[in-house]
Amino acid sequence: MTTAHDVVLVGGGGAGLRAAIAIAEARPELDVAVVSKVYPMRSHTVSAEGGAAGVIGADDSLDEHIYDTISGSDWLADQDAVEMFVEEAPRELIRLEHWGCPWSREPDGRVAVRPFGGMKKQRTWFAADKTGFHMLHTLFQTSLKYGTIHRYDEWFVTKLVVDDGVIQGVVAIELSTGRIETMTAKAVILATGGCGRVFPFTTNAAIKTGDGMSLAYRAGAPLKDMEFVQYHPTGLPFTGILITEAARAEGGWLLNKDGYRYLQDYDLGKPEPTPVLRSMELGPRDRLSQAFVHEVEEGRAIDTPYGPAVHLDLRHLGAKVIDAKIPFVRELCLKYQNVDPAAELVQVRPVVHYMMGGVHTDIHGATPVKGLYAAGEVACVSINGANRLGSNSLPELLVFGARAGRAAAEYAAGASGPTRAGLRQADDEHRRIWRELRGREPNGNERIADLREQMQHTMEGGAGIYRTGDSLTKAVDTLHEFQGRRDQARIEDHSHTFNTELLTFLELSAMLDVAETIVYSALRREESRGAHQRTDYSARDNDRFLAHSLAHRASDGSCQIRYLPVTITRWPVGERVYGR
Amino acid sequence: MTGTGTGTGQRAYRPRMSLWWWARKRSYTLFILRELSSVFVAWFVLFTLLTVWSVARGEERYEQFLDFASNPLVVALNVLALAFLLFHTVTWFNLTPKAMPVKVRGRRVPSTVVIAAQWLGFVVVSAFVVWLVVS
Amino acid sequence: MADSITLRVTRYQPEVDDEPRAQDFDVPLRENWVVLDGLNYIKDRLDGTLSYRWSCRMGICGSCGMMVDGEPALTCATFLVDHAPGPIRVEPLANFPVVRDLVVDIGDFLEKLPRVSPWIVRDDDIPVDEGESLQTPEELADYKQYSMCINCMLCYSACPVYGLDPDFIGPAAIALAQRYNLDSRDDGAAKRLDVLIHPDGVWGCTFVGECTTACPKDVDPAGAIQRYKLTAAMETIKSYVSPGGGP
Ligand SMILES: Cc1cc2nc3c(=O)[nH]c(=O)nc-3n(C[C@H](O)[C@H](O)[C@H](O)COP(=O)(O)OP(=O)(O)OC[C@H]3O[C@@H](n4cnc5c(N)ncnc54)[C@H](O)[C@@H]3O)c2cc1C
Ligand code: SF4
Ligand code: FES
Repeated sequence: MTTAHDVVLVGGGGAGLRAAIAIAEARPELDVAVVSKVYPMRSHTVSAEGGAAGVIGADDSLDEHIYDTISGSDWLADQDAVEMFVEEAPRELIRLEHWGCPWSREPDGRVAVRPFGGMKKQRTWFAADKTGFHMLHTLFQTSLKYGTIHRYDEWFVTKLVVDDGVIQGVVAIELSTGRIETMTAKAVILATGGCGRVFPFTTNAAIKTGDGMSLAYRAGAPLKDMEFVQYHPTGLPFTGILITEAARAEGGWLLNKDGYRYLQDYDLGKPEPTPVLRSMELGPRDRLSQAFVHEVEEGRAIDTPYGPAVHLDLRHLGAKVIDAKIPFVRELCLKYQNVDPAAELVQVRPVVHYMMGGVHTDIHGATPVKGLYAAGEVACVSINGANRLGSNSLPELLVFGARAGRAAAEYAAGASGPTRAGLRQADDEHRRIWRELRGREPNGNERIADLREQMQHTMEGGAGIYRTGDSLTKAVDTLHEFQGRRDQARIEDHSHTFNTELLTFLELSAMLDVAETIVYSALRREESRGAHQRTDYSARDNDRFLAHSLAHRASDGSCQIRYLPVTITRWPVGERVYGR
Repeated sequence: MTGTGTGTGQRAYRPRMSLWWWARKRSYTLFILRELSSVFVAWFVLFTLLTVWSVARGEERYEQFLDFASNPLVVALNVLALAFLLFHTVTWFNLTPKAMPVKVRGRRVPSTVVIAAQWLGFVVVSAFVVWLVVS
Repeated sequence: MADSITLRVTRYQPEVDDEPRAQDFDVPLRENWVVLDGLNYIKDRLDGTLSYRWSCRMGICGSCGMMVDGEPALTCATFLVDHAPGPIRVEPLANFPVVRDLVVDIGDFLEKLPRVSPWIVRDDDIPVDEGESLQTPEELADYKQYSMCINCMLCYSACPVYGLDPDFIGPAAIALAQRYNLDSRDDGAAKRLDVLIHPDGVWGCTFVGECTTACPKDVDPAGAIQRYKLTAAMETIKSYVSPGGGP
């Protein structure tokens, strides 16, 4: 079956919904489809806790936010993109305020801001510690007013159809019925979020399997800077539930097993009783996670059944401050870890959190494939470079969601319908999914969960917080072997109704693609920068690697890395200095 | 925005609620009892109207009415009705703070205080009525 | 502590089953495992064909609501040990059509939600250049509680009124209507009135109160409904007092 839309959005999270609204407002005559594998308000944006950065204070300036972002990125961000992002972020946050987002307030009614890691000024807007939740529900509920936005809830996109370098549409399967459909479109926007699930221990929800990255990669759009994987320093062991940076911004301390604020030993400033911006616990995430690894190596971490951990100490804040500023932190600790942060130390450890890399786009969200756009965590513009600053991602969804939406709308208004070759490709994809549904003859014997777990451990071992040429080479080989084993996966469920086993298989396939690009890009980058730390190349190398890596999928399926210089405008490369 | 709903149509299994659903849980049973209490509220209204009407019709009618009212069955019914009415009152009072969050100087008054205040009012009014009847 | 526990899980596959049936699975009983961990264990190790929804595993996405031992609950926030020694009954959310296994069809809610205009309605549009609208922490507190709804549908499955009459617009939708009605930035109360005072609106509710008990996020939908009944009654009286529709 085939349906036609002007623009198809893949993903109904923060970026997807913002884009949909932008199109509906810019060009109400266009027919927009939002396709999402979960109901939009279930998207992972819902989990974001801490806040969204946007310059608003009288003592703050756009230049300072730009500088913090660029130095935070270890100079790998494109400076034109950062400038534009910082300029548009406050406007987007205000727009969200007008749409009803319940931002936390000052007594006089103005929006309140809080400090955040790596930010020199207080500029992080927050809605208590459920910022992403409130942003997503505000966007979702607001989107309900537009009659031109057509939703496909719980539909899974399996392929982008591209003919001769031009997007034709997508193929998707409806989970509840197993119906496979071709949706033709003049423009397609990917807003499928990140891929934390390629690692074993992550804050990311089950749905974050890198589908969009794999779709784009297979459709001929390169993936940029995939080696940069952000570890968040404070996740709860076992569950990987995130304890937001706001906990440290409000005054939380990180202690090793001797009760010592160990960050002072890692050139991150001196311990003060109250939080100091860009210092100690408010240093950037990559540096904090790296310090953790050293503490473990020195035997100063706490052993838990789920691996080594350190302590997050919030006790001195008292129950009142905790309940007022970070109530969700207390709720999560109590409900999921059975500890009360007002009275006890909380065990935490670094946890995979965010992908700096993603589908290569320009500042309008356009990818090299004509008519294909990307925005949000799936995309890499890049404003995050080698390390994203906390609270820059939520405004990124808004700024680039809106930009990609407007650009796609303009493009779609002048583009023509699908080609015959495109439709034929789509038919082939129908047949492939049918085959998977009906089951292979003979069925494979690899358990999907086993493959997934082995892939995750390969990634952690090979491309964790610290990497070496050896560990990466080994990971490359193992992953290559998994590509073969994927075809041996066993699917026992042949039902057309809500077949989640087929889904896990399709997600595993996407993750294997993404994992491969991560290790290849990491192997080729022979330097240490931001979140990418090589023990065999421990220094930054601006001569060779002040450049974005682009992973292309060659016609034989292999991964090839090319480089693209970073755009430097006003901020020459410098050293990252924290705590001074 | 329009949604393409989960188009499962008639294939989905539609469970039906059993006739005894209200017996499954204490709170459901209480709820059904409160629903039932409205019948008794109606009965009390009727009973009061009957009283007034018979008083107005003179001594004889009133005597007849008293006979009727002292019939054991009617007494039993009234005791039951009183119990239900009290039950209705209690749940009604507990509900008020939900329907009407009371604020004093910008702070929300805890619901226990609101409920207590209503009971206080109830006692005062009842005492007044008793005093009227007795004196 | 025993080292395993039985989950008695509802299975239903419309292609082969006429009605749901129960199937037992033994899963490890660990201190910090929730019911959802048990289901994931089944799917990964014992039977890949089991279908259910989940995503965040932190009680915020609203996907994983099911009946656990007969009560609606978020399975990612329900510890196995709290239901030991079992067997633990895990069933699809009550009052909804069952699509498959533990997956229910909540399309009805998504169709009802837009009817209450759950967005800021304004008489005028404020340009972005004017900056944020002011809202004091007290004004924020007036509606904040009702904005915490994660659309998990536990309240619908606890509500006998919804079970008996699926046309009832339901607790979460009304709470969300109130969320906007009480927002100092909103002018849409009049617009929402018609939907809410319809017989399938607030007056459908006979105050069972179970929705509030079931709600994992303290939204208190029952309170929202009762409050609105009062508002609705006042509006009705007002319309009688000034038949012309007021000044
Ligand atoms: C726990 C946590 C806390 C965070 N806190 C913060 C914070 O405080 N501040 C900050 O700035 N950032 C934070 N982040 C990061 C930020 O939340 C995410 O980067 C951002 O929400 C991603 O949004 P998105 O719109 O790109 O994708 P998502 O919200 O993940 O949405 C992806 C969408 O794509 C759909 N989709 C995916 N694949 C398919 C497919 N194959 N077919 C159809 N649909 C598909 C999904 O259904 C979903 O609708 C946090 C992240 C985590 C994990
Ligand atoms: S009101 Fe509570 S129970 Fe109902 S959907 Fe919202 S969060 Fe869930
Ligand atoms: S999995 Fe998200 S609420 Fe339980």
